[in-house]
Amino acid sequence: MISSEVAEMPDAVAVLEFDPAALADGKFDRGELTLVIWPEPLRSVCEFLKAQRGYRYLSDVTAVDWYPSEPRFEVVYHLYCHERHERLRLKCRLSGEQPEVASVTPVWSAANWYEREVFDLFGIRFEGHPHLQRLLMPEDWQGHPLRKDYPVTGYR
Amino acid sequence: MPELEIPAGERNMVLNMGPQHPSTHGVLRLVLELDGETIVRCTPDIGYLHTGIEKTCEDKTYHQAITLTDRIDYLCPLTNNLCYVLAVEKLLGLEPPPRAQWVRVMLNELSRIASHLVWLGTHAIDIGAMSVFLYCFREREEILKLFEMVAGQRMMTSYFRVGGLALEPPADFLKRVQKFLQIFPGRIEEYENLLTRNRIWIGRTKGIGYLSAADALDLGVSGPSARASGIDWDLRRDNPYSSYDKFSFAVPVRQEGDVYARYLVRVDEMRESVKIVQQAVEGLPEGPVQATARGVVLPPREKMKTEMEALIYHFKIVTEGFRVPPGEVYQAIESPRGEMGYYVVSDGTSHPYRVKVRSPSFANLQALPRIAEGRLLADMIACIGSIDIVLGEIDR
Repeated sequence: MISSEVAEMPDAVAVLEFDPAALADGKFDRGELTLVIWPEPLRSVCEFLKAQRGYRYLSDVTAVDWYPSEPRFEVVYHLYCHERHERLRLKCRLSGEQPEVASVTPVWSAANWYEREVFDLFGIRFEGHPHLQRLLMPEDWQGHPLRKDYPVTGYR
Repeated sequence: MPELEIPAGERNMVLNMGPQHPSTHGVLRLVLELDGETIVRCTPDIGYLHTGIEKTCEDKTYHQAITLTDRIDYLCPLTNNLCYVLAVEKLLGLEPPPRAQWVRVMLNELSRIASHLVWLGTHAIDIGAMSVFLYCFREREEILKLFEMVAGQRMMTSYFRVGGLALEPPADFLKRVQKFLQIFPGRIEEYENLLTRNRIWIGRTKGIGYLSAADALDLGVSGPSARASGIDWDLRRDNPYSSYDKFSFAVPVRQEGDVYARYLVRVDEMRESVKIVQQAVEGLPEGPVQATARGVVLPPREKMKTEMEALIYHFKIVTEGFRVPPGEVYQAIESPRGEMGYYVVSDGTSHPYRVKVRSPSFANLQALPRIAEGRLLADMIACIGSIDIVLGEIDR
């Protein structure tokens, strides 16, 4: 399933060595490496990448909604290594029914607000997050605006 | 919000600062728990400027979305334009001609200077140095006039296009930039004379708002705020884009990690930006300002009037937009505030499937509680100013 080009990239090799069952998919496109991780081992893979591969900086956490296909959501993590000046994109695919994934806030504190924003705008829950509340929208808002089944003009 | 209901103990007082407070640089609300004058806990509350730009982008064509990016960070619209068009160009596999890249670098560095000038002026006025504000806005006005020359707009420029620039810069533009470059270094001296060795300024900023390098990395802090904490990292140098590798400049780094260090780093950055603009003016290559990519870049006006094919392409691009091959890219550039990243996902149509803006202020603001807690309330003002946040960019 994983192409040999991806499997030979140092980051993919390291992840496969750490946990051979963690990698669901991967691709190397337009000079950017993407590794798709299964939801269960996500946090341990993140801890490993931070400790062993130098990804001490979490640039961003976001999500993409592929409604109506399944798995519906992709949670996307952008990591950065200051020593090698390299980027790595991690992805986690979640189903549309009660999407939930482990929070990486214990690994990088920066994830706190990033994950709150994803929860607010996509309705994806992060298990183990210290304070999962709405961040940008009003606290009594109904729905999650960045979902594809939410109209651009809002509900009227 | 349960988080904001801080149980007030016998001695602690909860103070609501903002959202309408002149020193919060926009609409930022801070819930402060105070013990006397000491900040015990600081909880930022954001979202007052949330306008759903990312959602709106999904409803626009790739070209229309450029105008939305201006509104994200209104102090450096050209930086946002650049980051977005670079991401789309990466998706398309399109390389703009050298002249366009050089002009992009030049305008970006001018944006950086303009943004730092607004920061310096407002930061100083927050702390009490009134006159610096007027000096800074005098020079910023000059830069805004330069933007008006190229884009026709002072602030919402939308000057960059996928594949190059909207137009060739006007004839006397370079002369005007040169004139600005001659006077500006002397003006930086003026600001420094007012502040750098000013005893009140030093008293209000030195040793205040300390952020360690480890904390900065952990909290995702980037840009001048991180460089003032000893993190030697600048995307222009480390992951060059838009021909930045052809320019020589230094990256100011300081180890102190306090408000004063952040001030010095930004002042030095303005000097480096002047050097880059100087190199861009002197070495500006000749040639077209738009790539030749039929179906993506609008054809020249004269061709439209004489060639049927050009007219068809013009019509197609304006009405339907251009199609972008499926895929995803993350393009990060060094904005005046730090790492600005655009994550653009394409599904093969002429509308972006998803645009995510990784704004530097959003991450930098997360570090504010770490910077301010345990300090005096009066230092809060200096701390907010020193991380240089733009609320439009935080809330998007």
